[in-house]
Amino acid sequence: MIFAVASGKGGTGKTTVITSLAAIWEGPVTLVDLDVEEPNLHLFLKPKVMRETAAMLEVPVHDSDKCNLCGECAMFCQYKALAIMGKTMLFYPEMCPGCGGCLKICPEGALSPGGREIGRIAEGQTEFGRFFMGRLRVGEAMSPPLMQQVKQRVVAQGSHAEMPGGIEGCVPDDVLIDAPPGVSCPAMHAVMDADAIVLVTEPTPFGLYDFRLAVEAFSIMHKPMGAVVNRDGIGDQGVEEYCRESGIPIWARIPNSLAVAQAYSRGEIVARKLPELNGIFQELKKRMRAAVTVSREVERA
Amino acid sequence: MREIVMISGKGGTGKTCITAAFAHLADNAMVCDLDVDAPDLHMLLAPVVEEEHAFRSGHEAVINQERCTKCGVCAELCRFGAVREDQGKYAIDSLRCEGCKVCVHFCPEQAVDFVEKHCGLWFASIMRFGPMIHARLFPGEETSGRLVALLKKEARLRAKALGLSLILCDGTPGIGCPVISSLSGANLAVVVTEPTPSGRHDLERVADLCRHFRIPVAVIVNKFDLNPDNSRAIEAYCLENGHAALGMLPYDEEVTRAMVQAKCITECPTSTFGNDLREIWKKIMAHHVGYLPL
Repeated sequence: MIFAVASGKGGTGKTTVITSLAAIWEGPVTLVDLDVEEPNLHLFLKPKVMRETAAMLEVPVHDSDKCNLCGECAMFCQYKALAIMGKTMLFYPEMCPGCGGCLKICPEGALSPGGREIGRIAEGQTEFGRFFMGRLRVGEAMSPPLMQQVKQRVVAQGSHAEMPGGIEGCVPDDVLIDAPPGVSCPAMHAVMDADAIVLVTEPTPFGLYDFRLAVEAFSIMHKPMGAVVNRDGIGDQGVEEYCRESGIPIWARIPNSLAVAQAYSRGEIVARKLPELNGIFQELKKRMRAAVTVSREVERA
Repeated sequence: MREIVMISGKGGTGKTCITAAFAHLADNAMVCDLDVDAPDLHMLLAPVVEEEHAFRSGHEAVINQERCTKCGVCAELCRFGAVREDQGKYAIDSLRCEGCKVCVHFCPEQAVDFVEKHCGLWFASIMRFGPMIHARLFPGEETSGRLVALLKKEARLRAKALGLSLILCDGTPGIGCPVISSLSGANLAVVVTEPTPSGRHDLERVADLCRHFRIPVAVIVNKFDLNPDNSRAIEAYCLENGHAALGMLPYDEEVTRAMVQAKCITECPTSTFGNDLREIWKKIMAHHVGYLPL
């Protein structure tokens, strides 16, 4: 089963939840950090990185001898990554998502495919199972192409039957995905291949507002979703009321505690440092699994 | 006119609560919420909307089933895996479509339409401390960088017309497209961080991004007492790397209580957090007005 841990608002405790789940998971669990702008899982899981590779994006390389400055490419490009200025062709690589349109459209064959590094992909092992992380190059604007490549690597290494491109009949490890905060395209990309979404929030007005945005955004994917209310006890009742009204189950409540915040600040895994919280994460895991099982049964029926 | 952008790298460090307090303390400022993905500033500032505008940007491909001959060229060409084949029928997955127009252009039957996207709304408003520009991107939309650029342009135009000397912007977490867009033309990036491994790690990445665009960085360590050693280490990092260390703020649940009452923390007169924040704001203003080194 593949679970994505997401949140509308940042800093609500995604990393706390995911590292603690890893620590209590029975059997190996594959951890995938798709928060490629600011990946943090490695700071807590301290993986042994076995392989680090460049993630490349195919971008055009311009041959000025062949180019007659007709401007077809610049006119076609939807991202304004190509422009003709007087007698020169300008290319802004940061704007190019690598759609390949200009390569095909150039009537003179003056554009050929080249590569540009958009980030790094790390693969390794934690004490809980396999580990994958994407890390966007600083200055790079678009994270979805890198996230896509990380996912492809997970599929290639794990033969995950459940992910697109996976091999049928293979029993894969469970996967926990750390998604970036927010509800725009990077967050959507991180959760779109999961079987269920765990939404971490906090019971405050900001927490509620962004939680609602996330529920609204992710609902269109029709995946089972549940909430984890972190720092329970601080703030107000808004999140609880909203969950009741909208039928989003609350899978766990993590009490507001200075000890949790301090353990996190030391880079410790909360469930391990504070064993009294183990039961909460065990219960959360049970509910996550049950939600996927039920939705699969419904689908089959 | 000067522009200050509040960012954090890591989410949830207290950026918006601090921005709201600065909006309270600032004179002559245009406030701008650039966190279009998950905007929260309006909850503390309660803007009254005076103008509402649609934000349209980019296009998405839609296959016209009547004209489609099911040749599959679009699926072959799409680099984003957005063309789905289901029982011989082709359709575009709008979540994956990047609006590149390749399928539209190369379809031999001209069976792919290219429709403009209505991605969100933006507002020009007035709140108790002055004018405010803000927006709401529809969930799942992807042109947040362009919306940020539009908000900044509007904020500048209006600030100029009103004779305001400062634009104060609340930014997005991360280092990607909306953050890059919010930094464009900024005079100062104030980074709010926390003394945790992720706070420190994300601060370093976002500070590197600011350096890349040659924007000066000033750092506030929030919840410093959670881990005083880490807080001191962040200060040392700032000194070493030429970033201004503006100050430290305590872990204070009063900030959450103020939020629940829809108030800025500086509107609670007894809060030490609020008083510490006033000192930090004075430092920023001394720099802002007099161009003094921070």
